[in-house]
Amino acid sequence: MFADIPGVKELMNTALNAAKMAGASYADVRCSRQRQNFVFTREQQIQQVVDTDTVGIGVRALVDGTWGFAATRVLTNDGAAAAAREAVAIAKASRIARARPVEWLPSPVVADGKWKGAYVQDPFDVPVEQKADLLLKANAAAMTTKNVKFVSSGFFFVKDERNYANTDGSFIQQDTVRSWPTMQITAVSTDFSDFQTRSNMIQPMARGWEYVLASDLVGNAPKWGEEAAAKLTAKPVDVGRYDLVLDPANLWLTIHESIGHPTELDRAMGYEANYAGTSFIAPPEKMLGTLKYGPSIMNVQGDRTQEGGLSTIGWDDDGVKPDEFLIVKNGMFNDYQTTREQAPWLRWWYDKNGRPVRSHGCSYAQGWDNVQFQRMPNVSLLPGEQDHSLNDLVAATDRGILIQGDGSFSIDQQRYNAQFGGQTFHEIKGGKIAGVLKDVAYQIRTPDFWNSMDMIGGKSSYVLGGSFFDGKGQPAQVNAVSHGSPPARFKNVNVINTGRKA
Amino acid sequence: MREHGSANGALLTREQAQAIVEKAVKWSKADAVDVQLNTYTQGNIRFADNQVSTAGATTDAQLGIQSAFGPKHAVVTTNDLSDEAIKRAVEQSERLARLAPDDPESMPQLGAQQYAPVSSYFDSSAALTADDRAKAALIALEMARQAGDVKAAGYLVNTAGTLAIGNSTGMFAYHRSTNVNYTLTARTADGTGSGWAAADHADWAQIDARGVAETAIAKARLSQKPVALEPGRYTVILEPQAVGDLVQLIANYADARSADEGRSPFVKQGGGNKVGEKIVDERVTIFSDPSDPQLLGRPWDFEGMPLDRQVWIEKGVLKQLIYSRFWAKKQNKTATGGPSTFKMAGGTQSVEDLIKGTTRGILVTRLWYLREVDPRTILYTGLTRDGTFLVENGKITKSLRNFRFNESPLFLLNNIEALGRAERLAGTEQGGNVVMPSIKARDFNFTSLSEAV
Repeated sequence: MFADIPGVKELMNTALNAAKMAGASYADVRCSRQRQNFVFTREQQIQQVVDTDTVGIGVRALVDGTWGFAATRVLTNDGAAAAAREAVAIAKASRIARARPVEWLPSPVVADGKWKGAYVQDPFDVPVEQKADLLLKANAAAMTTKNVKFVSSGFFFVKDERNYANTDGSFIQQDTVRSWPTMQITAVSTDFSDFQTRSNMIQPMARGWEYVLASDLVGNAPKWGEEAAAKLTAKPVDVGRYDLVLDPANLWLTIHESIGHPTELDRAMGYEANYAGTSFIAPPEKMLGTLKYGPSIMNVQGDRTQEGGLSTIGWDDDGVKPDEFLIVKNGMFNDYQTTREQAPWLRWWYDKNGRPVRSHGCSYAQGWDNVQFQRMPNVSLLPGEQDHSLNDLVAATDRGILIQGDGSFSIDQQRYNAQFGGQTFHEIKGGKIAGVLKDVAYQIRTPDFWNSMDMIGGKSSYVLGGSFFDGKGQPAQVNAVSHGSPPARFKNVNVINTGRKA
Repeated sequence: MREHGSANGALLTREQAQAIVEKAVKWSKADAVDVQLNTYTQGNIRFADNQVSTAGATTDAQLGIQSAFGPKHAVVTTNDLSDEAIKRAVEQSERLARLAPDDPESMPQLGAQQYAPVSSYFDSSAALTADDRAKAALIALEMARQAGDVKAAGYLVNTAGTLAIGNSTGMFAYHRSTNVNYTLTARTADGTGSGWAAADHADWAQIDARGVAETAIAKARLSQKPVALEPGRYTVILEPQAVGDLVQLIANYADARSADEGRSPFVKQGGGNKVGEKIVDERVTIFSDPSDPQLLGRPWDFEGMPLDRQVWIEKGVLKQLIYSRFWAKKQNKTATGGPSTFKMAGGTQSVEDLIKGTTRGILVTRLWYLREVDPRTILYTGLTRDGTFLVENGKITKSLRNFRFNESPLFLLNNIEALGRAERLAGTEQGGNVVMPSIKARDFNFTSLSEAV
């Protein structure tokens, strides 16, 4: 189950020793293998089957309070040592550009850490024939629906085997699998005047082939086809303000964009100013314990522990065991996402609250060839105390729209102003579903939106959604992250109509 | 054992690349094999809050093998270039290909082709060191530190790489290239102003690190303390980067098959596509040309099709959509290949000239977080970022709060008032070799305000 890189421990030790010899005060090394398997189909055709495999070693060195990083695919002791020396040389060269030294927070040594993800059946053991067969059957099932003219579908599988060691003496081996079945169903009107799609039905998860089977693509495809076709004759939404009932399959993305990203400490401190952006939750000293993010029923947790969560892991890429922490507590902003380098920046806040200064374990690198930095843990809206269901929320709503599935999304670089679409839209009148709508998108200002939340579902309505490809950093790195939530209701939200003819 | 190597020898020569392709072909038992091989080195420095944050270098390679048995095919990639790994990848792709169901759209391989060479490799860029990068970053950092009222955040990256493709019927292509990309964001200490500037070129000598720093810092100061203007339809002056952020999207929708199948903005009412119809203002010409000195792109696509100058829109008329080899054969058309460059021809005016000629309008530096809202019209939403200004009577009079827009590049290109000079872009979300003019256009649709700076 663990990486079959020969002599991996020796390679990593060689790199750490070379870094120390060259002058590093601290170094860590990741020697990892990532495999990906993609199968893409359309209608009754296989478009492509792709298997990728990459193995290499990346060394990060701290010299005189300045970082350097180097990575190579040359997996010999000489190659590892050369990368370590290059990382040190880059740190030394970059020293002229630093103002303040990095404060590197100590963390407990993990002498022999081993961790495996939640998957049962490794998708890399499943023959491609079986994968293709399942997709083609699902495509055929979708095509049985009237007006459905095109179907594309696919599987994304990733297997990460991560080995980590640092000069503190930690040595950690971890192994995880991520799976994402996808479908896009397109219905075209008979006179070619309109086409509508249904996609993003199944959430990506850190689970294996068993999750794919449980998703029952073939059984669900006709229903999804009908949802695409129904939009051809759906009523275009009237613009205006509505109470929105958002299903977890829609809300996860809104949580991701309007809570997940602005509570990244590096963004708040300006470290992403040139790319992903900064945050409206800044500076920390004016926000922590002061910003009312939402109503008192709102609690948002960061963690890397939920089973099947895409960000779930035993230890992060700083060698830290992640903890569960409340980003929003009873509606108040309570904490940021942090790494070992960042946690000391909030020492004043942790001291004030009698909490230890510790990293929340949010360090992550996409692969061996990228330097690690702060990435999102699973960020989830916790369910309410009363066990409301989605139906209870609809029944309690007089004039509203139920939105399911994630669609178009866009948010500004400080995470104030956002616009979200969805997959299916149902009008709610007098507590009942009154019909299908189309061309719906909602526009929000983040704090107003969350403060308008007045009803949330309970524990049994909690569902994990997630993003397989979330980008940040330069060079840009992708991570995968899950967001759990119950359904929730938001009062008086601005809804626009996105339909317009060319 | 893996082969020994060093950063210096990380890039393969044409002969070395050809030798690896030939090995894969020799060891293949498939009906057909296609090989893609790239090698690269990349060095970068990243800074924020007026100091370096991370700096690094990476050396890697990727070998991709596609094996085919009749209409069955599969791809395997690895970053190990040893003989054992090549054999393993060949065998693995054959195993997967045998298992894969038939692809009725698979096409026969291309034979040997003729390519017009393009020189996009510059020693100045390949030889850039960690010292050089730190010194270039320091120009902006010192300017910002001395100014006292701004914080600089930026990223400088240089890449040198080779790409080769070949197959079992004698096609072989090799291209090497370099690139330097520098982006810089300056924010004022009070948090109310943000300015962005950037440069991108194959040749390091063409990168003006000081000019980038001066522009970003000046823009940050000018954009301080923005005022809110009611959202609505306005005349805009979009800088080249903002134009590119929108107009580059057209390429994603230019697939002929989608149009012929009725699910594209280029569907003709009643069926077929809009080729030959005037779709935008007659001043608009959009083309691809790897040998254009502003573009310097790869002169072939990933299937080995030669890429020459191709005109997509000429004087407002849609001239050509992108035809895959399969769809071209089916529709009895010529395959276009997948373009490696994208350029919209411009005029002679500078952005300053466009400002001077404007009674009232909004100047936009760049756009951000563009996401599809409606594929039928290429309608996108997104926001303005890092410098949005009110222009009155030929002058910038106010800094404005950022807007969210819902707009289509097709609508924009129908509403042109004036075209400015075309420039190479450095910051487009999609990347690539892209050249765009600045544009003055009417009725740009701003739908809401953002407090984001």
